[in-house]
Parts: sequence; structure tokens; C-alpha cells
Amino acid sequence: MQILDSSFAALADPTRRAILARLAMGEATVLELARPFQMTQPAISRHLKVLETAGLIEQRVDGTRRPRRLAKSALEGIDAYLDMLRRAFDTNYHRLDQLLAEMNPKNGDPK
Amino acid sequence: MSKMNLKTEGDRFVVVTRRFAASPEAVYRAHSEPELLKKWMLGPPGWTMPVCIADPRPGGKIRMEWSDGNGHGFYLTGENLEMEPYKRLVHVERMHLPDPTPDNHVETLFEADGDGTLMIMRMTLPNAEVRKSMLATGMETGMEASYNNLDSMLG
Repeated sequence: MQILDSSFAALADPTRRAILARLAMGEATVLELARPFQMTQPAISRHLKVLETAGLIEQRVDGTRRPRRLAKSALEGIDAYLDMLRRAFDTNYHRLDQLLAEMNPKNGDPK
Repeated sequence: MSKMNLKTEGDRFVVVTRRFAASPEAVYRAHSEPELLKKWMLGPPGWTMPVCIADPRPGGKIRMEWSDGNGHGFYLTGENLEMEPYKRLVHVERMHLPDPTPDNHVETLFEADGDGTLMIMRMTLPNAEVRKSMLATGMETGMEASYNNLDSMLG
């Protein structure tokens, strides 16, 4: 649950979503990730830390390089997908509850 | 406690069940009439559905466009296949992210349940590759966006 909550927060930020989209195309170093965003390396590193804590990305050790890549378990698992659906539907169905209450106070609304 | 249940059925389907405190007719209409759909099928706070077309007959076209109000958005197209008023809807849909995802075949049943309605929706479980792209494009926060301007962001 901790992991799911932190992944939710991690994905709420547009820069972090763009980083994930970039990593979906293949692994990249911090420097490579920082370039298109015109952000400092420490700023990108902070975003990466959040994504790592959420279990969405991981580091690979390659000599002195530490390329980041998507965490397989987080993005390919059915559980992550189902959790996304669950959140999406739950939010929408709560809104639908309210709409139905407005549509149909008591006596039904046949047309 | 959530009233919703969402689970896989075999390796091909996802089944969602949810109870609503309204008649099957009301729940069916909320799932098929554009003016009602655009009030609730929205995703995260701040998102709207500026375009909602859902021609309510077999073969009728579906098109829904979502926007975050800041130039980001995505859309879905589909077709209604079967419509049995207040009981059952069958449609097919695909997300455009912007490349279309494989067709998602969706059957939705509306059953009277005491003074409410039990909705049972069976949809296609996308394969691992599609799941990955849906997650990676940031749909986690609801029926959320792909970045149509991603290329320019990454450029």
C-alpha cells in the first residue's frame, strides 16, 4: 500500500511522467535525462529519487555509469495496471453516485 | 470500504462490479447518454470532457476527448455494438495515445439489486506491452493524459 501511494504521488508530477515516458523508450543516465528538461542535475536527481522510492524505476550499475530504467515489476505487472484502473474507476464512480443522486431524488425519472 | 470489485477473469478479461443506489434505467442512461457521461467519466480533478459523442444505437460512433485545460489531453474512439435498454450495453473502444491501443471490447450489464443496481462490466485485459505504455504515459492518476506534446518536451 505504501508503494502504491508513493507511485500515485510520483506520477502526479508532469516532469516525472515525462521522465517515465523517456525511459519507456530505453535506459538513460541522469545527464541524458536532464538535457531536454533544461533542469539542473540535482533537480532531476530529486525527481529520480521519488520515482525510485515509488518502485517505478531502478538503477543499473555499468562501471561508473548508473543508467536508470523502468522497473519491470512496476510497469509490466498486471497488478500495477489493475491498480491504475481501480483508482480511475473508483474516482469516476464516486462522481457517478452524486450524479445519480441528482438525477433521481426519489420517485424515479422515467424519461 | 469500497463498493467496487475489480479482478481479472482468466488472462483475457477484467471484470468490474459496482453497486449504485439508483434504478437500472438511471445507471444505464448515465453510461450511454453523452450529456450524462461527460459529467462523471472525467478522471482527475481539473480534467473535463469537451467532446462527448455517443450515438445510442448499434453501429453508432463513440468519441470522447479529455482535456486538462492546459493543452494536454487524449481521446478515445469506439462504436456501440449492442444496446438493450436498461439491461446491457456492448461497445468497443480504443485510446489514442496518440497511437491507437488495441480494441477494448466492453460488455456492461445492469441488474436490479434491491432498490439499486448492480453493474457488471467485463472488458478486455490489454497485453503487457499495452499496459506498460498506458502506465508510462501517466494514466495512473485517473483516465489521464498522454502527452501529445511529448515530442516537443523531449525535443
